[in-house]
Amino acid sequence: MSGPSFPENAWYAAAWARHVAEDLLPRQVVDRKVVLYRRGDGRAVALDDACWHRLLPLSMGRLDGEDVVCGYHGLRYGPDGRCVFMPSQETVNPSAHVRTYPVVEEHGMVWLWPGDPALADPATVPDLSLAARPDWAGRDRDYPLACNYQLVVDNLLDLTHETFVHAGSIGNAAVAEAPFETTHSGREVVLTRWMLGIEAPPFFAKHLGRPGPVDRWQIIRYQAPSTVTIDVGVAPTGTGAPDGDRSQGITMQVLHTVTPSTEGTCRFFWKLVRNYSLEDQALTDGLFADSESVLAEDRVVLEAQQHALDDHPDKVFYNLNIDAAAMWARQLVTAMTAAESGSGSFAAPSVR
Amino acid sequence: MRQDGAWTTATVKAVADAARDVRQIDLEPDMPVARPEPGSHIDVIAQVHGRPERRSYSVVAAPAPGQLRIAVKQLSDGRGGSTFMGRLTVGDQLLVSRPQHLFRLAYDAPGYVLVAGGIGITPIYGMALSLARRGAPVRLLYTARSTADMPFLDKLRDVLGDALELFSSSQGQRLLLPDAFGGLPADGLAYVCGPLRLQVAAREAWESVGRPARLLRTESFGSSGRFPAEAFTVRIPRLDKTVEVPSDRTILDALLEAGVPMIADCLRGECGLCVLPVLAAAGIVDHRDAFLSPAQQLENAAICTCVSRAVGCDLVLDTFDR
Repeated sequence: MSGPSFPENAWYAAAWARHVAEDLLPRQVVDRKVVLYRRGDGRAVALDDACWHRLLPLSMGRLDGEDVVCGYHGLRYGPDGRCVFMPSQETVNPSAHVRTYPVVEEHGMVWLWPGDPALADPATVPDLSLAARPDWAGRDRDYPLACNYQLVVDNLLDLTHETFVHAGSIGNAAVAEAPFETTHSGREVVLTRWMLGIEAPPFFAKHLGRPGPVDRWQIIRYQAPSTVTIDVGVAPTGTGAPDGDRSQGITMQVLHTVTPSTEGTCRFFWKLVRNYSLEDQALTDGLFADSESVLAEDRVVLEAQQHALDDHPDKVFYNLNIDAAAMWARQLVTAMTAAESGSGSFAAPSVR
Repeated sequence: MRQDGAWTTATVKAVADAARDVRQIDLEPDMPVARPEPGSHIDVIAQVHGRPERRSYSVVAAPAPGQLRIAVKQLSDGRGGSTFMGRLTVGDQLLVSRPQHLFRLAYDAPGYVLVAGGIGITPIYGMALSLARRGAPVRLLYTARSTADMPFLDKLRDVLGDALELFSSSQGQRLLLPDAFGGLPADGLAYVCGPLRLQVAAREAWESVGRPARLLRTESFGSSGRFPAEAFTVRIPRLDKTVEVPSDRTILDALLEAGVPMIADCLRGECGLCVLPVLAAAGIVDHRDAFLSPAQQLENAAICTCVSRAVGCDLVLDTFDR
């Protein structure tokens, strides 16, 4: 593979917002090591995590008010990356600074734009709005994975693997039998599967709390480059769910976004939310634990897959019919990286 | 972070006159280069009197993927780099560095004043276009002898419109820096590039309107001072040496050539590694550096040898040889 597998001109989740708190938080986002912290007014900032002088990670230093102080020689940087103190001299070298990155806080997460700051439009942050809404309840997590981020996206866009990887938990034959539709646009791929007038699976029957046939849906939405939401639920048949009225039903969404750290590693963020029994903490914890064990099964497969890729550098994937959505997703990413290749991610001004 | 010091061969793809005495040169390095950020520069190896010498030029734009455009002012009293650069023709080759980022644009400020003096427009140009395209509140104050001395005017007018303000000094038009700076929102930034006089004026104006020093950004390659460069003599009693410094060479270069052991790094008057004690200076020391504070420069006890010069006198310097 030539060139990075990830675009630079995109928003990537750097942290759940509550993890950016009093302290310096080191993170790696598309090959860049950054340090995150909050200014006095609460705004999050991201600086290159390497002192201008001798490259020691600034995250090993300390936060003093709004400034980061390097733990080696005490060089001090403001939240704009400017060096404002140097030891043993009366002036500060006017060139001394560390790079800063555009950062926005949205959906309970801190998002970072590693590419050309001039192109960083907060309106293009992936839609994970359900992660931070009072009418939805749930619990989140994030952790590093030792695999390329696209393997995770592939996995989330192909639920056929449930039958095999998750045979002991959520996998069953019924889902795999229902027809589905894959649609795509400039920045999205959507897989839609409706099962109309069926008997509710036991889990949903219990939570819906009403007898009778249901319409069940699974809508998997991919937002380039690395966000996947899985929208599942049931509503009593005839109450209009296929036409958009889910008011009589119950919905769960699993929100995922994956941030490449390096080519072979990434950080996985997820949150399962639901729009019913909002106050039931035991339910929240139970759903969280179930998801944890499912995702742990995925992790084993994904990291083994990355090992296999590393062991076979001359091999590439074959694709099956079930991989259509993943291939559309990869095609969107390829278009983004191609637009950046050869020229870096900076849009250069043209001259007459 | 500092880029490594790797040099690569670059080929001249196009040359043109961008303004009076300003040569625009499009270079294509052999190694692939990322598209340069606004405010970046490259180092080049110029041949000056048969010697290879390092010079720095801001990258104006990327005229095509993999290409870098610089613009060079022909200086009659310069150190010879501009003469070499001005004679380059299509197909010529020279050594260049990767783009370096020492004058980086911060994008989250609530307002910007950009100030360019003459050829100082080169790093400012990309900043102005980038900010204007983004819809950021930006003003560009651009001054030179006359508009004939201002490269890139057409494009700047196009993109900036009323945000571009021109000041022709030959017609007596003066920058009113305190007014411009005073009009910025509290966390507004100013970026200034131009001759030393302009930078000093900017610093004084910035201070006069009560702005914090950290929000004023200046860039200088140490190539101008308060006075024109002239030849002088440096005497070092400790080493029993007398060294001639021609008008187109630095003290540092002359000392190195005379076999005086020196260390230096930035070569633009910022890091302070090449500073030597001044034992005597009968005339003016033209301090052109940003390392010594204004008080230290008044005191005249030390000189930054990579950029600063003597005017109308010889210098007696000490070294740290023991």
